Formats: sequence, structure tokens, C-alpha cells
Amino acid sequence: MKNLGWWQIIWQAPYIWCKDWWGAVGNAVYAAVNWLWETLFRTTVSVKSWQILWPAFGDTLYMSIVSTIVAYILGLLLGIVLSVTRKNGIRPMRTLNAVLGVIINFMRSIPFLILLAMLFPITKDVVGKKSGTVAVVFPLIMSAFPYVARMVEGSLNEVDGGVLEAAQAMGSTTFQIIRKVLLPEALPSLINGFSICMTTILAYTAMASAAAGGGLGSVAITYGLNQNRYDIMYAASIMLVVLVQIITITGTVLNRKKDHRLR
Amino acid sequence: MSLAETENGALLQEKKDTIIELQGLRKIYQVPGGEVTALNGIDLSIKRGDIYGIIGMSGAGKSTLIRCINRLDTPTDGKILINGRNVLEMNRGELLAMRRRVCMIFQQFNLLMQKTVARNVRYPMEIAGVPRARANERVTELLKIVGLESKANAYPVQLSGGQKQRVAIARALASDPEVLLCDEATSALDPMTTQSILTLLQDINKRMGITIVVITHEMAVIRQICTRVAIIDGGTIVEEGPVDDVFVHTKSAAGKRLFGIIKSEEDDSAAPDVPALRIVFDGGKQNQPIISDLVRKCDVDVNILSADMKRVGGKSFGQMLIELPENMEDRAKIITYLQGQGLTVKEVLSE
Repeated sequence: MKNLGWWQIIWQAPYIWCKDWWGAVGNAVYAAVNWLWETLFRTTVSVKSWQILWPAFGDTLYMSIVSTIVAYILGLLLGIVLSVTRKNGIRPMRTLNAVLGVIINFMRSIPFLILLAMLFPITKDVVGKKSGTVAVVFPLIMSAFPYVARMVEGSLNEVDGGVLEAAQAMGSTTFQIIRKVLLPEALPSLINGFSICMTTILAYTAMASAAAGGGLGSVAITYGLNQNRYDIMYAASIMLVVLVQIITITGTVLNRKKDHRLR
Repeated sequence: MSLAETENGALLQEKKDTIIELQGLRKIYQVPGGEVTALNGIDLSIKRGDIYGIIGMSGAGKSTLIRCINRLDTPTDGKILINGRNVLEMNRGELLAMRRRVCMIFQQFNLLMQKTVARNVRYPMEIAGVPRARANERVTELLKIVGLESKANAYPVQLSGGQKQRVAIARALASDPEVLLCDEATSALDPMTTQSILTLLQDINKRMGITIVVITHEMAVIRQICTRVAIIDGGTIVEEGPVDDVFVHTKSAAGKRLFGIIKSEEDDSAAPDVPALRIVFDGGKQNQPIISDLVRKCDVDVNILSADMKRVGGKSFGQMLIELPENMEDRAKIITYLQGQGLTVKEVLSE
């Protein structure tokens, strides 16, 4: 960790910390999976394959979770500003809204792979390296947060204007309306949006990892495509499918639980 | 402040001070390809403790008017004085403070759908920084006033329209307002529920002395609870005064239309299949049993085809359609008699 700026340490340290215990978790999970495999198919899971897949699975999880969290925070703030300052919003500000809209549309229209390449020099400065799991998080955030912002904006715009008007008529400040009316009323829709964003980011991580290393995407390419190890390619794909399912189902369940308009 | 009894309202009116005063209020909307004048010079003064009705057809500007009072809409021109302070000159802080004193309920209730009834009612106190324990006590009190104690933990979706409006009223009362603005508050409710909400509003006005401003297009609402009424048409006030006066001596065409005294257009669908006579009762001097007199004095049979009458202030308004006899002499007798009574009559011929 020498010769790194403090901000580069902030980027890299969590990954190093996670790597420490992920291996230990892997051993436990391997034992469980192996037992399941033996009872079901009467074969063992190859330790070598496991040692390839498990860290890659961790990398994919790390990339998608960290970039989802950071991109969602940025996107949420931006989405709130977009929704609040729009023409019929609670605090219309035409110029600000138009400028932000243009910037977001511009960032959203650059294909992810190209953005990844464009950001290489900046990634090097910000994260401390150009490729690998940690480095890829930065372009992932950059490409995802404008998308999140639009998603959040859409959810917030769905909130009934009459309710916002009632809140205004009761003498709420703009901040009170955002915190106590806009966000809680939009919560079910925001949860849905969150799970869609996370799935999208997960799909992007596969692309990012194939291009710049780290994660299930690169494993599928290097082993599956280049060395004809189809078993590893399929295992990697199945892991991704399962992840997407878990995220989507959790989103739907939470959405239903939190939406008090249904019943 | 004692509430003016409707009978001698005019007398007591003098002693009450003005709480809301509108002076030369104008609102012009910019629309593609021109301008729409929603309000065109409104002057109005509302006294403390009144239930003030503003009635008009849809599009007359009444909603814009009430939304200007708490500045949900900003008028183009004019003055809005609440307790003598011009709303349009208030800074943001003063505006928020004013809005907590001037509350509003809506046609669509506008409750927070993701919060329980109790939390909806607590909202105004949360934003005003009332301590949690005190706020919860007040929520219980308020729910008792509107008769919904048992629904405290329900969500709005589980309530009926009338119950939702009760929650909205409780929420509006939470910040101890001086004025309650009702924007078509009963228009989405059925007649029975409307009655109970109106009774509640009247009760609140009497018990707490809260001034209520009611915007509506329903005559019944005005007649039931208001002490004064203003008729708005085409963005101007065409008539204003104590409810009884305005009803009995309706001068404006808009007023007569609203009260059903003259139809906005001739009702062709009701064209009779026999020769008939339309008699218009415009609240004039006739106060006798016209039809039975007609039968006796002219010695004819009268068949009433349809009648749409209202009695306001002891006088009759509306119109009646009677069948004309075949005999031309009888017809002439009937028409002469009715015209002699000062009634407007018109022959309606069958197809």
C-alpha cells in the first residue's frame, strides 16, 4: 500500500479486507456444496475448479454490491434534485434541471465498454490501478449512477401531485417534503428500481470483468472460451443467474411488503 | 367569539373582524398561443368565524381562487390579506408559518398512502416540531373529534371516502388552524357521506371558532352550512351576501343558473308528447296554491307532466310542465289566468 494517496487507500482497503475472510468462508461453503453434490450426484466437486470459481464469485459480488451502493447514493441524490426541480416539481428550477438532464443523457448514451476505456487514465489516478476488481468499480459507478438517477426520478415523479400539494399546504419545507413525503410515498417503487439497478450492474460487471479482469465474467472467458472448459463457463453463468434471481425475488417481496396501497 | 346565528347574521356581521381579505385579485395563466384569465379582479372579505361559501360552475375560477389564498398558486396581481398581512409579501419562513394557520382539505383527500391514519394526522405536528408524546396525545384527541379512534392504525387504502376525508380534516386541525379551506371537499362523496362531513365541519366551526371557506359547485352544500356566499363566474364575483339574501333575491344570471331557476339550456329531451305549458316560478310574489286555484277558477283539469321546484326562504323557484287541454278556449283561459298571477308561461308544442 505504499505510494498510494489516501483516496486510493479508501478504494483498495475494503477489497483487501474482504479477501481476507472470503477464502475462509469459501472452505466452509465448499464442504457444504461437496456434501450436497455427493449425495445428489455421487461425485465430488473438483477443488481446482472451486478455487477458480469461488474467488471470482466473490469478486463479482464485491463489484456489484459496492458499485450498486455508491451508484445508488449518487443516483438517489441526483434523482431527487431532478424530480424536485422539474417544471411541476415542489421547487422548480428550470436551468439546473435542464443542465443536469443534458449531462445525464450524455453519460447514459456512452456504451459501457467505451466508457470503461475512456475512463482508464482517470481510474488509474482515482483507484491506483487500471484493471482488476477494485479498479472496475469506478467505471461501473460512473456508468450506473446516471441510470439510477433516471430510475429514481421516475419513481419520485409517480408520487401523486395532490399529496405533495397537501404537504405544501400544511407548511412543510422542501426538505421535509422530500424526507417525509416524497421518499416514503415512493418507497415501494424505489425498492423495485433498486433491484432492477442491481441486476443491471451485475450484468455490467460481467462485461467489465471480461474486459478488465476479475470476477465471473473473466473466468467464463479465460477458461470457458479460451481453454474449452465449458463446465466452468456454465457454472459461472449459473451462479450469475442464481444471483439475479435472488435479487429480483427479494425486490418483489420487499416491494409487496412495503406497499400499503395494496390489500 | 360567538358565532353569528343565521337569522340575525347581518347584525352580528358588523362586530366581527375580517380574517381574509382579497383585493383586486387577478390570475392570468400563460398557455400555448395566448393567455387565460382565471381570476379577473376579485374583491372579497371573509369575517372571522364565518362559514364562507364560494360557488361557481366548473371553470369559473373558484379553485384558483382558494389556491391563491394559501399561495399554492401565485396571483398575477392584487392583494391577499390574512389577519391584515399581505401573503404575497411574505418571505418563505412567514409563508410556511401562515400555511400552518390556514389549513386545507381537498376533493381527493390527498392522504399519505404509505402511512397509517395516526401518522397522517401527526404529520403537521412532526414538521412543526411538536414533541412526540404531546403529538400522540393530540392525535388521539383529533381522531376522537372526527370519530375514527378505532382506525388509528389502519392505512388509508382500508378506509371509505368519507373516512378518508375525516382523516384529512383531523390532519388539517392538527396544527390548530384559524382557517380551514375546503376545496370541493365533498364533491367525491355520496350524498349521505356529504351530509355527515358537512355536519362535522359545522361542528368544528362552532366548537373551535375556526373560519371555514368552502369552494363547491353544489348548491346543497352552501345551503346547509354556509353563513355567507359569493357566486363566482368568469373569474369575477357576480353576487355576494348572506346565504338567505342571495338565495331569495338572486340577481345574477350565473346565480339563477346555479340555483336551477333557469336552465342553462332548454331541455329538449324532456319535450312532451302532448301540447304543454311551461310555468316558470322565479320566486316572485306568488305564494299561493297556484294550481288548485287554477283548477277551481278556470274549471279545467290540470295534468302535471313534470315539476322541478325548490322552496328557498319561503318562496318557490323552478318550473313545472302541465298538459294543455284540447279545447282552445280552455287553453287561453289557463294562460291568461297564470299570466295574471305574474308567472312566466310558455307554450311547448309536441312534435
